[in-house]
Order: sequence, then structure tokens, then C-alpha cells
Amino acid sequence: MDLQTAIQTAASAGAASTMLMLIAVGLTLAFGVMQMANLAHGHVFMAGAYTVFVLYALGGVPYWAAVAAAVGVCAGIGLAIERGIFRQVRGDVVAGFIATAGLIFIFEVFMGWRWGWGLMKIIPKPYMIPFNIMGASIDFARIQLIPFAVVAIGGLIFFMRRFKLGRALRAVAQDPEAASLQGISINKITALAMGIAGALAGLAGGLMSTIYAVTPYLGHAVILPALVTVVVGGLGSVEGTIIAAVILGFTQTFVTTLTDGVTALMVLYAVMGIVLAIRPQGLMGRVIA
Amino acid sequence: MWPLAALIIGLSILPFFARAYVVEVAMLFFIYIILAQSYRLTVTAHDWQLYHVVLYGVGAYTSGLLGKHFGIPMWVTIPIGGVMASLIGVGITLPLLRTRGWGFYIATFALAELVRNTWIRFHNPFGGPRGIIGIPYGAVLGGIDFGERIPYYFFTMGVMLACLYALYRIDRSRIGDAFKAIDIDPLLAESIGIRVPRYRLLAAAIGGFFAGIAGGVLVHRLSQVDPKLFAITAMLYLLIWVVVGGYRTFWGPILGVCVVQAIFELSRPLLEIRPMLFGIAVIVVLVLYPGGVERAVMQAMGWLRARRKALAKTE
Repeated sequence: MDLQTAIQTAASAGAASTMLMLIAVGLTLAFGVMQMANLAHGHVFMAGAYTVFVLYALGGVPYWAAVAAAVGVCAGIGLAIERGIFRQVRGDVVAGFIATAGLIFIFEVFMGWRWGWGLMKIIPKPYMIPFNIMGASIDFARIQLIPFAVVAIGGLIFFMRRFKLGRALRAVAQDPEAASLQGISINKITALAMGIAGALAGLAGGLMSTIYAVTPYLGHAVILPALVTVVVGGLGSVEGTIIAAVILGFTQTFVTTLTDGVTALMVLYAVMGIVLAIRPQGLMGRVIA
Repeated sequence: MWPLAALIIGLSILPFFARAYVVEVAMLFFIYIILAQSYRLTVTAHDWQLYHVVLYGVGAYTSGLLGKHFGIPMWVTIPIGGVMASLIGVGITLPLLRTRGWGFYIATFALAELVRNTWIRFHNPFGGPRGIIGIPYGAVLGGIDFGERIPYYFFTMGVMLACLYALYRIDRSRIGDAFKAIDIDPLLAESIGIRVPRYRLLAAAIGGFFAGIAGGVLVHRLSQVDPKLFAITAMLYLLIWVVVGGYRTFWGPILGVCVVQAIFELSRPLLEIRPMLFGIAVIVVLVLYPGGVERAVMQAMGWLRARRKALAKTE
């Protein structure tokens, strides 16, 4: 691998890591307060990409406004899933797990039925800023996610440490019963967690929509690496998930460049198996999954 | 006992009158019933895993490859496929034994994809994304050609009945009770001397064996196999059968396969939106009516019994 390829791969690895991070942090947040998370979270990401496609590519809305709308739409989807499914089956992990698996079908069929199954949707790039670093040219659209993710996740961590509501979120994750005795509404906190999770996935989906092939099956490609990231990082641990996203994002991208995509996924899953065999709670988790 | 005997006799007469298409669909029903019922076995030990369909694939690939390249008859290859699936099931569960609940479900999904991706990655011998074609149809035994439709129908039915009987006996044995104890309260089960990890492995091994058998029976009828057959979509349908049918009683998953697949066959005109209907169905069952068809049947039977008693009293 020459220097030029290495730099280009590193840039895409950074983008892949931040994307994994945005999706997986939402999952781990939801897991922390509910002991389960949305299996169709990759499809929320896809809904973000479709929002940008509909508003920007079809509707002519400015790109950044469309991305903002994607964040809002996906936060709304997150809230709806919390109200419609998770609140109804609270405490029953199996029911939450399978019901959100059923959501996968609903999302896929709705997108395909409304906007077509076949060809991918081409979303024109809103701008072209080619970068040149040591002879390697990198398109800015590919890595625009990185600054946004740093701000969003940095903000989330700040919120969870410094704000009363954020601390309530962590309190519920630590001990729901004690937290509710302190007057924290569990319903409000799970809704908050699912709203944040949806917004992060929507941000990732909106910003990556120009890079990815937007099809009804986009969610499939995204969800499993994100779930693996959550399990490796430690269920419920935001910091662990960030570390795992960087490790797995770089591993996946570099193995893909060196060999092929299928092998990279296999390496990813094998890494997860090894980590769980040694540390069943993941890198930084407290609960044994 | 009588309704069961009548059902078996009815199923034995069916292929001589029904259209070829119906007979083929019935064979698929039998295979799905083995699959759903073996899945229920691991579910009774609280391990809702997402690798079951891949083990079904392991059985299909093993049996198909042995039959195609070595010409071994299916009587030998199908059990070997079952053993192979059983071993892979144990291999997937073993590193994850210390995880439970949601984390375990997710991790089984990832390791199952690891197995499935090996079929896509290695063209030799698995045939890559396109899979394998030209797998021999059923073998000849005692002058009967099991490659024909009707003999294979009876073969499938026989295998299904044998598997159901074995699974029923396991469900009612001490092993089955231990599984249920683990499901209800793993800590309590451990404290009364049930070795939880060992029983979880046992559930994976037994469930995997029967899933592999189902795969082997499938592959010698289809004569081809490809990795897409065992993707997550198939696993979601398996979950839907078991959830819609119910898994508390032995008959639940069988009811689930029959009801869901019958709707599946009847809703062909709605091809495009069909998966959505099933997605909605599974959510409605879980949120509004946990227990599914099995619970509805039990309630109806309880109502009938109460009614008969009330009638007897008035007379």
C-alpha cells in the first residue's frame, strides 16, 4: 500500500468510524436506560438519507436545511418507536428485541413502495471541495461527517456530565429504580434517549446520503457493524462505544482496501467474538451483556 | 390422540389428490415446522438467538456438498449435516456463554453472519454468492425413487414426524425442565444445581442438529442452495412464526408456521407490501396480544369447556 492509498484509506476510515460512532452511541444510550435497543436503528439512519433525498434531490430545498430536517425527522421517529413499542413492552427484553426486528420490514417496504425498489437514488453533491494532502486527493463530502460528529458527540458528553437532565439520564442507566425514587420520570428519560439516538442517526444519514447508494436496503448494511460496535464497546457505555467505533471503523476500512468487503466484515465479527469471549461486558461496560 | 391420527391420515391422502404445487408447498411446510420447533427448543432455555437459520444453511450446504462431490446418498449426508450444524451451533454459543439477554442475541447475529459470509467469500467449495447447483435429488431405496415428488413428500413427512416426536420427548424430559428453569430464573436454576452454561450449550447442540436435518431435507428437493436463502430476512420470518404462533406450548410454533405461511401463500397478490404486513403483525402480537395464536386457541378451548359445563348443569 503506497502513501497515497494509505492517506485516502485513512480518510475513509475516519469517516466510517464517525458514522459507526453516531449510530452506535445512540444504540448504547438507549440500551443504558432500557436494557434493550432498537434493532431497526440502521433503518432510522436510512430514513435520514431518504429525507435528504426527498427534500434536496426531489424538492429543491437547500442541502443544509434538508440535513437539519433529517435530524428532526429521525428524532421524531425515535420518539415514536419509544412511545409505540418500548414503553409498551418495558422490562420485556425479548419482546422489544423482536418487535423492533419487525420494524425492519415496515421501514424497508414503506421506502421501497413509496420511492421505488430498484436503482439507487443519486443525490447530487451540494459542493465540490477536493483536498490535496501529499498527492492524495480527498473529496470533502466524504469526510464532512467528522467535524459534525465531533461536535454532536462532544456536546452529548458535555450534556450528560453538566446538565441536570443529562445526569438524570446517567442515573437511570445506573439504577432505574433508585432514579425513579428520586423523582426522575423513567418515561421522559427513555423518550429523551430514543430522541437523541434518532437525531444522531438522522445526522449521519443526512450527511452520508451523497456518498452511499440510497436504497431501501441501506439499513441492512449499516446496522450490524453498529450493533457489533455497541457490544464490543460495552453495552451502555458511551466512551467504550466511541473507542470501539474507531478501532472497528479503521479495521474494517483497511481490511477492505487490502482484501475485500466480505473479508473485512468477517474480521469485524471475529474480533467481536474474541472480545466477548475474554471480556463479556465489552471494553468498558459494567453490566455483563 | 384421535385428531392427530386423523390429521396424519389426511396428510397421507393429500398428495394423491392435490395439485403438484400444493404438494411442494406442503413439503416446505413440513421443513419449516422442523425448523420452528427446533428453534423453540433453544428459546425454552431463554436463548433467543439469530443463528438458527444459518445452522439450517449449514445442514443444507454440508448435505449438498457431500451428495454432489462424493455421491453419498442422502440417508447418510442428512444426518452428517445435522451433526455439522450442531457443532457449529456449539461453536457459536461457546465464546458467548458469558453474555446473556440483548447482548447475546446481537452477538449470535454477528457470528452467524461470520459463518454465512464464509459461503460468500470462498468460491471453492461453497460457490460464492451464487451458491451451488446440481445437487442430487433424493436417492433410490427399495425400488422407490425418492427423487419423485410423492415419495419425497412421504420422506419429508416421516422426517418431520420423527423430529417432532424426538423434540416432544426432550421437551417433556428432565432436560426440557432444566431449560425451562433457566428461562424462568437463571440464578435460581444455578443455585439448585443446574449447570446453566452446560445446558445452554446442550440446547444449542440439540436445536442445531434438528435445524441441520431440516436444511438437508430441503436441499435434496431444491437441488440448489445459495447464501441468500439464509440471510437475516429468513431469520425474521422464523421469529415471526414462533412469536405469532406462541412458544409456551409445544404446538405453538407449529400453529405459527401454518397460520403465517398460509397467509403468506394467500397474499401473493400483495407481493410488494407483504413483509410490511408481517412486520405489523408481529408488533401487534407482541404489544397488544402476547401469546399469539396459541393463546387464542387456549382461550377458545377454555371458553368451549366452560360453556359445555354450563350446559351440562342446566340439563
